[in-house]
Amino acid sequence: MITDRSVPIVTHIKGAAMQVTLRIMRFDPEKDKKPVMKSYKAEVEPTDRVLDALNYVKWYEDGTLAYRRSCAHGICGSDAVIINGVNRLACKTLIQDVGKTITIEPLAGFKVLKDLIVDFEPFFEQYRSVLPYLINNDPKPIKERLQSPEDREKFDDTTKCILCASCTTSCPIYWANPDYVGPSAIVNAHRFIFDSRDQAAAERLDILNTRSGVWRCRTIFNCTEACPREIEVTRAIEDVKRAILYGES
Amino acid sequence: MYRGREGMWSWVLHRVAGVGIFIFLVAHIVDTSFVGWSADLYNHTVALYRSSIGRIGEIILIGAVLLHAFNGLRIITIDFVPKATRIQRQLFYVVVIVFLAVFIPGAYYLARAMF
Ligand code: FES
Repeated sequence: MITDRSVPIVTHIKGAAMQVTLRIMRFDPEKDKKPVMKSYKAEVEPTDRVLDALNYVKWYEDGTLAYRRSCAHGICGSDAVIINGVNRLACKTLIQDVGKTITIEPLAGFKVLKDLIVDFEPFFEQYRSVLPYLINNDPKPIKERLQSPEDREKFDDTTKCILCASCTTSCPIYWANPDYVGPSAIVNAHRFIFDSRDQAAAERLDILNTRSGVWRCRTIFNCTEACPREIEVTRAIEDVKRAILYGES
Repeated sequence: MYRGREGMWSWVLHRVAGVGIFIFLVAHIVDTSFVGWSADLYNHTVALYRSSIGRIGEIILIGAVLLHAFNGLRIITIDFVPKATRIQRQLFYVVVIVFLAVFIPGAYYLARAMF
């Protein structure tokens, strides 16, 4: 039997350390014509995440609140929202870093389905359009396809993407023109274009060398600042632009 | 509104300045073409440019051209120098400083001609 707990049990929910105000953009497609901002109080610890505050609201204040989350640890990419004006994962953003009044809105540039839930289908469509998988028509080797550490390094940064859409929905060009393939799709194309084991770089560069491709990018850098995985998104896009320009990969 | 940082604001300024310069250019081509068919009309438009409002417009135009030019160099640097994306924010401040260093004396010189 455990009698001594060196770590005290923290009751994260009821009776926690501080009260914050959540201003949440609500939209019920069956009732509302336009989204409306509603305020809620939540009791949380400074070291809790914004996701915990959302959970508090859903569990104790208003069960009709709709939002997505799965892993709650910044790896599934489900809960990207606009927190105080910038794209963030709710599960990776601490209360102490965003203050006592927290404004939460759904991602911009996508159709809002309900409250904080947006329609990702156009986003995945654009993702699929860049052939985001290994293409190699050589006969299968007996073991693995070898690659030098230097060659692996070339696309290391862009392997980190979790498809949360924070970058794509932070881009003013994307808001104005949903046909733009968007930063995230380019990041995932970069992942394979610069992979020495892949043979379809030219095909992907052709796809991105179109009106809705990389040339839409105006180096605004919102995407780089929004990425919760700290991918240098704009650098990846610039890599692809140069690869097209110099005819290399 | 989305809270973008230096990169976003540099883009907004660049776009506003660019559109402004374009509109001026179209107007300027039109008013210069007046000389071909009516000397009076041409003289009238030149007089408009010499008025105080015209001079203020001129100062704004110089500002727009300088900003667009210097930030354009920043964008070219970002496009062609692979590591420049990491210092884009610092490059923006360089643009602002160089802009002010050239624009303030220039605007002063132009403003003096008004009086
Ligand atoms: S819930 Fe999975 S990334 Fe936040």
